Amino acid sequence: MNFDAIVIGGGIVGCAIADRLARERRAVCLLERDVLGGAATAASMGHLVVLDDDPAELALSAYSCARWRELAPQLPAAAEYRATGTLWIARDAAEMAEAAHKQRRLAAAGIASELVDEAQLKLCEPALAPGLAGGLRVPADAVVYPPVAAAFLARRAAAAGADVRAGVNVRTLVDGGVILADGSELRAPRVIVANGCAAPELLCSVPVRKRKGHLLITTRLAPTVNHQLVELGYIQSAHGGDGESVAFNVQPRPSGQLLLGSTRQFDDLSCEVTPRLLARLVERAQAFLPGLGSLTALRAWTGFRPTTPDHRPLIGPWPARPGVWLACGHEGLGVTTALGTADLLAAQLFDQPLPFDAAPYAPARFAAQVSHAA
Amino acid sequence: MRELRTEILVVGAGPAGIAAAVSAERAGARALLVDMQAEPGGQIWRGQWNKATDPAARQWLGALRASPVETRYGLRLIDLPAPGLAVFDGDSGPLRVRCERLVIAGGARERLLPFPGWTLPGVFGAGGLQVLAKNGWPVAGQRIVIAGSGPLLLAAAATLRGLGAKIVRIAEQTGWRDLAGFGAGLLRHPRKLAQAAGLARRLAGVRYRGNTWVAHADGDDRVRSVTLASGSHREQIHCDALAVGFGLLPNTDIARALGCELRDGAVWVDGHQHTSVAGVYCAGEGTGIGGVDQALAQGEIAGCAAAGRAELAGAALARRRQSDRFAANLRRHFVLRDELRRLAEPDTVLCRCENVRYGAAATCTGTREARLQLRLGMGHCQGRICGAATEFLFGWNAATPRPPLAPASLACFTATSSSENPPQDPT
Repeated sequence: MNFDAIVIGGGIVGCAIADRLARERRAVCLLERDVLGGAATAASMGHLVVLDDDPAELALSAYSCARWRELAPQLPAAAEYRATGTLWIARDAAEMAEAAHKQRRLAAAGIASELVDEAQLKLCEPALAPGLAGGLRVPADAVVYPPVAAAFLARRAAAAGADVRAGVNVRTLVDGGVILADGSELRAPRVIVANGCAAPELLCSVPVRKRKGHLLITTRLAPTVNHQLVELGYIQSAHGGDGESVAFNVQPRPSGQLLLGSTRQFDDLSCEVTPRLLARLVERAQAFLPGLGSLTALRAWTGFRPTTPDHRPLIGPWPARPGVWLACGHEGLGVTTALGTADLLAAQLFDQPLPFDAAPYAPARFAAQVSHAA
Repeated sequence: MRELRTEILVVGAGPAGIAAAVSAERAGARALLVDMQAEPGGQIWRGQWNKATDPAARQWLGALRASPVETRYGLRLIDLPAPGLAVFDGDSGPLRVRCERLVIAGGARERLLPFPGWTLPGVFGAGGLQVLAKNGWPVAGQRIVIAGSGPLLLAAAATLRGLGAKIVRIAEQTGWRDLAGFGAGLLRHPRKLAQAAGLARRLAGVRYRGNTWVAHADGDDRVRSVTLASGSHREQIHCDALAVGFGLLPNTDIARALGCELRDGAVWVDGHQHTSVAGVYCAGEGTGIGGVDQALAQGEIAGCAAAGRAELAGAALARRRQSDRFAANLRRHFVLRDELRRLAEPDTVLCRCENVRYGAAATCTGTREARLQLRLGMGHCQGRICGAATEFLFGWNAATPRPPLAPASLACFTATSSSENPPQDPT
């Protein structure tokens, strides 16, 4: 069969790309080996957050969050989109100064935020521990339930004519197409590899590594938390070195449950919950929310973030293979940046005006390392 | 966190667990028996701890009292974070247990299947209502219909009738030919035959119908009537309560969490009740539904084997062979009929915790998709109820159990409970 484009991977990024292309009346095929919105999409928190510590990340996440706000009214109720806002928490004066820097960087990108002092913090999040210095409130940030959002995008793509296939494994890429596990061939001049951590299985030189994370969810009727709560130290945890790190990151689910994160580790490729990491996660959360100890944990799970050496995603042509394009390596921001990734990639695929500069995400930045590899 | 050390940890204090712990001590080992209920006995000997009326209960609960077995009640198993380490949670806080060997005696649960009206107040699991009534739930004077499959229906009916309920019908989905076959098989089990005769006496005059199943329950704020089906025949019966159960299912979540091999939905064990995982034994209903005699025999064997003295279990081996035949007879003759797969309507609730309807679930390709897209099985019971239903209705595999094996206090997960952080010396 012949398509304009084949998208490999039915996570939130692949679904967003298929949706975007199908609605432009491109003949697109979306291939997912398991279920739509599984793997990292299913394991993730679904925090739609503007991150500002890197200008490229700021451009992509700010654009994408705006696109989520446009999409929100069309999402099904089960996608549980809520504009909770993010509350970045400062423990001391030094972190309050960092919050003020953050406010200026966000303002420069047109993102409104407000500094919150100790007393205001107590008012807007009474469950937080006493003695915290304050924080920065970013009201436009939101949360979403990613598997349902991904399936919605895939369904919308299918309604616009996309050929969406779940439970179909790609065996290999060939010039101008893909060979499926059953030996059949699908042809397209553009093949988009959007399968996250699985990208190196098809293109062994794509520099994506798995970075394991743990999450835990409580039963319903948890004490009230209004915003997604994240410690300002989170960025150090997210972008720090290869070691293990744990940062306070708690999300109120519309169901009345609390979702507790987050951990990061490179060395562990097993999907088992590591008791030591889960313990660090819970203790970190308890330091900020002392009432947590009396809560009931319902489930804990792990997932793998697709991580690149410079923590920026790979969006654009893969120089080692003409006709192959990448949309992977989003680490912990795949849900946030899925819609922006789709717009940026679609514009590149069909020579349309770019919504923002594509250069920082160009896979070619790693081409030197992979010069002759596939 | 509190910590205990023992040689043999027995999880579950029903007949199998009691027999395992007592036998292990008799064989010279130290055993710790833990159960989620407030007292030992499991479901079948519920309420027998303080006034045993059942002879076997009197014997074994007495033996437990007299033995040096250490016991802890009101504790639920949450996690097995490392070999030889178990974390429990209860009202008195978490407890960590270090052990050398583990005997799983987790019993069985009732299979509930969705049909229109099954979530109305007044509709109970058959075993569930039996337990409630034993604990004091008033049933005197109530008109109760009992429906489903298996001998548990008769035991529940006898209990409820003994407490003053009027059993207006027992509807058994199995046909008469299989019921007769099952009855003929009982001839080889004098004790079971005596039990059956006792049940027959206690149920004299109650209308028992084979080849009959519940089609739907109806009511306003609660169940008012049940419509039973038999072939194309329909009969509406007015009632105050409906007790339904479609047989028992082995509880296998602890064994599966440990990676033990399963066969036909039950934990596989060798002749010593040893599972496929080193140092882990399983006894009782978890290895396949076989009743209290099987549980006691397997418990004795598991306890002796875990103590390293398998040869002491000699007499129990013959009783296990006998009960294996009973279990096979049970399996052969109480097979659920296809009609039960077609009772639910699109708007019939399938997963009560997350309010997922049958029609929505039927569009999914499997457990994973239904969990992610509909949250089926993601609520408080963690799919223990609806997982059995979707397996029967759609042939879906149950999700692999992960810690926490049951909802648990967050305190269970802090550093003091993790394997890599040994407890602080209290000095």
